[in-house]
Order: sequence, then C-alpha cells, then structure tokens
Amino acid sequence: MIQRPFFNFSKPRFDYELFTKALPQLVPVPQPKFVTLLIDSPLGNRDPKFIKVGDSVKTGQRLLLAENDTAAAVSTVTGKIDAFSEFAGNYGKMFTAITIAVSGSEETDDQFAQLGGDLSMADLSAFLSTAPGRPPFELLMDPEKTIETIVIYGGDTDVLIGTNQYALKTRTGELQKGISALKKASGIENVILAVPGESFQSYDAHFNADVRNVPAEYPYAGSQMILHHLLQKPAADGKAPEDHGVCFMRAEAVISIGRAVADKRIPLEKLVTIVAKNGEQKIVSAKIGTLMGDVLNAVNITVDDGDRIILGGPMTGFAIYTETHPIEPDTDAIMIQDASDISFSSDYPCINCGDCIRICPANISVNMLVRFLEAGQYDDAVNLYDLYSCVDCGLCSYVCVSRIPILQYIKLAKHELSRISEAEETNV
Amino acid sequence: MFKQKKFIVSHAPFWHIGSGIPERNYNMIIAALPAVLMGFTVFGIPAVGVIALSVAFAVLWELAVNYVSKRPYTVADGHAIYIGLIFGMVMPATVPWWLILVGTFLAIVIGKEIFGGIGSNPFNAVALAYAILLVSWGIHLDFNAKLANYTFDFPAAYPIAALQAFGPSATEPFSLLGMFMGQQVGGIGSVCGIAIVLGGVYLILRGFIRWEISVSFVVGVFVTAFLFNVYNPAVYGAPLFHLVTGYTLIGAFFLATDDGSSPVNFIPMLIYGALGGVLTVLIRNIGSYVDGVFFAILLINVVNPVLDKIRPKALGKVA
Repeated sequence: MIQRPFFNFSKPRFDYELFTKALPQLVPVPQPKFVTLLIDSPLGNRDPKFIKVGDSVKTGQRLLLAENDTAAAVSTVTGKIDAFSEFAGNYGKMFTAITIAVSGSEETDDQFAQLGGDLSMADLSAFLSTAPGRPPFELLMDPEKTIETIVIYGGDTDVLIGTNQYALKTRTGELQKGISALKKASGIENVILAVPGESFQSYDAHFNADVRNVPAEYPYAGSQMILHHLLQKPAADGKAPEDHGVCFMRAEAVISIGRAVADKRIPLEKLVTIVAKNGEQKIVSAKIGTLMGDVLNAVNITVDDGDRIILGGPMTGFAIYTETHPIEPDTDAIMIQDASDISFSSDYPCINCGDCIRICPANISVNMLVRFLEAGQYDDAVNLYDLYSCVDCGLCSYVCVSRIPILQYIKLAKHELSRISEAEETNV
Repeated sequence: MFKQKKFIVSHAPFWHIGSGIPERNYNMIIAALPAVLMGFTVFGIPAVGVIALSVAFAVLWELAVNYVSKRPYTVADGHAIYIGLIFGMVMPATVPWWLILVGTFLAIVIGKEIFGGIGSNPFNAVALAYAILLVSWGIHLDFNAKLANYTFDFPAAYPIAALQAFGPSATEPFSLLGMFMGQQVGGIGSVCGIAIVLGGVYLILRGFIRWEISVSFVVGVFVTAFLFNVYNPAVYGAPLFHLVTGYTLIGAFFLATDDGSSPVNFIPMLIYGALGGVLTVLIRNIGSYVDGVFFAILLINVVNPVLDKIRPKALGKVA
C-alpha cells in the first residue's frame, strides 16, 4: 500500500504486476476432502428426483439442478454429493452450492472427450462455461448481441495480481490453440490480445491475433478504459462492452479452451495469486471448488479474527466472511489483510479538497458527483456529472481525505439505475 | 466446538492513502503558527490574549452548535481551532473581547455550521465574519485608531490607509523589506509576510492547499497593481507595496485556499485566484474600503460554483 508521502508533489500511481524479473514458483494445492461448486441457479430450481445427496459424481461431469436447467457446473473431483445449500452472491444474486465429498479414486467422465471434430459454441458453452477464467460464452451466444471484437487481456485488472500474466507467460502455446479454436467456433475474426507494458513486441509474431499494448498503469486495463483508449468507442453510456460489440475475456479463459481442445479434457485447475499480509505474492494452482481455508493452508497462511480476506485485488475485489468460500472459475486472487492494516470509511462530508479530481483517470468531477450520489439523485448524477464515465477503479476512495466510500456510492447508483431500467424494460 | 472466525467485510477499495481531515487541519494550524508568533513579538501580550480568546470561543461555538443540533462533536478535527486562529490573526491586537465573541460566532455558526459544517461553507468563514464586523463595528477594526497607544520602532501608521489617504508619496517612510519581515502595523498574524509565505509554501509542498490559487492570487494582485501604478504612479501604489501590506498574503495562502469555498479544477482555480487578486487591488485603489481582500474573497466565493463548471471532458463524453 502506498502511504501519503510527506511532500506531495505528484499524485500516487499504481502499476500492474508484470513479473518482469522472474516468474514465481507455482505451488500446487493438494486434493481437498471437500469441494463446493456454485451453480448460477437458485436452490428452488432443484429437482430432488434428478439430483440428490449421495449421488456419485465423476471428474468432469456436468452437474445440473434439473433436467432442463441451463446453468451447470462441471465437477472437478470424483466423489459423492454431500449437501446442497443456498449461496448468496453480490447484489443479492442467489446461487446453489453443491458440496462434494471427494473419494480416493479418480474417475473421469468422458462425455467431453467423445465430442468429435471441431468444437461448436454450444459444446464449448456446455462444458467450459465454468472452466478456469470463466469464458463468457453466454455473451458470444446471446442472439440479441452482435459481438464483433473479442479482446483477450493478457494481464490482470487489479494491482498485485499476477494470475493472467503468469498464464500468458507460461502457457503461450495453449493460448495460441485457444485463440484458433475460439475463432473457429465463434466465427469472429477480430481478436485483439491486449498485453500490459512494453512486453508486447515479444508476443507479436506468435499469435493469430492483433497484439496491442496497454499501459501498465492502473487502471488502464479496465474494460471501459480499453474500450475508450484502444478501440476508440465512446463508452460513457452506461452500457456493457457487449452492447458495443466487444467481448472481454481473460487470457486464462482462452488458455482453458486451448487446453481442453488439445488434451480432450476439461481443465480443472485455477491459477490463483495469493497475496499474504506482508504483500508477498504466491501463485497457486487449485481445483475449482477448493475452499479458501484449504488453499491458505497449502501456502501456510493463517488468518485471525478481525483480518480481511479479499477475493480479487486491493482496489476492486470483494471481502468474504468465511474461509469456506470456494475458489470460483473467476477467482484470480486471494488477498489477506491484517487487522492492523485495515482503514475504515467515515461519515464525514466532502471537504472539497480536489484530490479525487486530480487522480480520476476518467476526468469526472467526483466532488460534485458524490454530493448527488449521497442525496440519491442518480439521474442528475448521470446527466450532469458523468456517472457512466466512471471506470470503477476506486482511486477516488483511495485518496479521499474524508474517507467517503465513494466507489461504494457509485456502484450502488449504477446498480439502482440498472434495476430501474430493467424494470422499465419488462413493464412495457 | 466449531468456532467461526470473524473477518472484516467491507467494500473495495481496501487500501487508503492514509490522509485524514484532522491531519490536514492540524498541519494548517502548524503552518499558521510562525506568523502568529511573529505577531506576538510585534504586539506583545494583548495579541496572545486575542488569539487565545478567539480559538477558545471558536471551539466553544462549534461545541454549542454540535450540542444544539444533536450531531457528533466535530471539535477534535481541528477545523474550529483553525478558523479561530485565522480569525485572531486578522484582528488588531487591542480588539475588545466581545467583538471576538461575536466574530467567532459569525465565523463558526453563520459561516460554517448552518450550511452543514466542514466543507459545506459557500463563503470563507473568516472572511464572512470579518466583513460583517467591518460593516457593523468598523471603528474597532481601524488599525490606526486601535493601535494608537503602541510605540513601534517603525512607522506607526497602517500602510494601506496611508497610501489611500495620502498617495504613494506618504509610503516613502515604509521599508518594503521591513514590512515583509513584520515591521508594520496590521492584524496580529498578517503583519509578517515572510512567515505567512513560509507557512503557505509548507502547505503547498505537503499538498494541503492548492498552489494554483495562491500563485494566481499573488500574480493577480501584482499585475493589477502594476497596471494602476504604470497608469498613474502619483496616485496608485507600487505593486510590491500592495503585496506585502494589509491582508494580501494571508488572503492568498490561508483565506482564498479554503477547501469548501474554492474551485478544484485547474483552470477555474487560476481564474478564481487571479480574480481575487484583481478585485483586491480594485477595491483598494478605487473603492472606499481600506483593504479589499475580504470583500474580494467573498466575491470570488460567490463565483466559485460557476467557475467550477469549467472542467475537462469526462471519459467517453463527446459533447
């Protein structure tokens, strides 16, 4: 964490983790006794006749809650279903958590291996939607959206995290295969590989993609920043990138596709960057569904009462409340913060010091915006003070003298506005 | 027994740069202290009494407002102390106690708290209080009258008043360097230019005030005074004289830079400061008041919200 320097000539600056010196040693997490898989479908959808506690599960088997349910998880272990439970995600979204007790012998489900020839989007989507990196097939297959460009980002979107950078540097061949398979399946020819920093020239010739350079300074790798600076699309309309015909994918997601195609086997291991209390980074490889506690044990990190466990990085991650939270396909990092390093936000008003304005990468008048947001005047915040230009980087909250939870206000406003527009669309 | 560990759960970002409002205010107080101490050496014990009383009253007024409005006590953030200190710094050393009581009431309650407290004040609290006092009890703020019983080892007339009444020829006894070093009549904390500039530079270097405002204010005063001086040197004072006398420097570094009532974007800050400097000299040279700094600052406070609409285009905005 960068503390305020005594003299304050320039604004603070964060750079992404680039592993320019040496790549860290990969630490494998041993097979856990239990894994928990999340299915993007509420528990109420479960058909008790179709899937129940005690059912045997093979590695690589698709798990559905009911025969016709679309959301699925792919089991990463062989064992027996131990429990079903409700799982509340962000913004009140409900998932179903399936806990599987791992048995000693490993049996692989061969449904995926039996798919012959070139894989179609439907095949990829059915088996690889919860693969490491979580490839966003639902966007590519959405009939209402025309995706013209796929942007693969070969870095990570938060500081201190090295997951995708590590994947890019160590699994180049699989990335290459993944890009080819993705192009073939989706029919989208315009694939951009964005790499952070000056390292892009070394990748240029190897890939069947347009390799571009993105500044290594946070938050220039955010999807809105890339949309605006790399693709020159006006991005400030509150729409998601896919509404502009752009689909963002993690490098790790494309590598998963490449591995699946090459090995005829669904990849099960997620790369995760662990940031210890002292800031030291480790890259581990853990099966999706492994519980946080097991992952932390593997790297000898203990957490105590009052600490904070963050999924993701220090600027944009989210804190979890239990060590039994599983590794999800898009869990790029786990960061542990010591109780003494935690700073709290306050309810002081804005004093108009302007630090947020000087650091905002999107040139927003944050001081005015936050006044409208505090008052709940979201429409004015959008129309007068550029709410939708915000790239959610959190730098304003980071520098705020009054310690106002600005990013929280912004996310709440965007969430409320999206709820309003959803309600309006369905009421027509 | 299974024991669930309790973790801290909150929203991103999980880092903070570590700055805070109390740190900011106490640093501003530290920056103002050299000028206050120089005032003590010039005016002696009465000045100590004025500063002590105005800080104490300011804190008490803020406590009273917090109590009456049933809001959290905000005295510890140092802002009331800071306002009290700056208010004392612009007073003559012999000002009556009740004027300090009324003045701090105007600054803390009318200038700041009724608008919602720190950061919400549309006007600089001290400038507002001083302007009201000047209009109501101007005689008590007249330095020539209030400091008549002092004997100084430098010309014992208020330099700007001398300039305004008798023209530049009357300012010959005053030494520019001497006035800059504190050899002049004026407010307790506003006589010693060098101490104020040192404090201001400290605040700028540490990022607690915005240099654009201070610099453009000083430039505004200098350029306007220079133009007047060139136009008619027999009537209008020299630019450097305007810089080191009256409230120019305390205005540039401690009043105009007040967070709540000043703009934050780059170009508006330059316009805001320069406008303040221009108005200061206009009021001094062709207005009826002796010193124009406080009225100039109140006027630029009024245009601040309009100025701050000049801002860079946000990401992805075309219009």
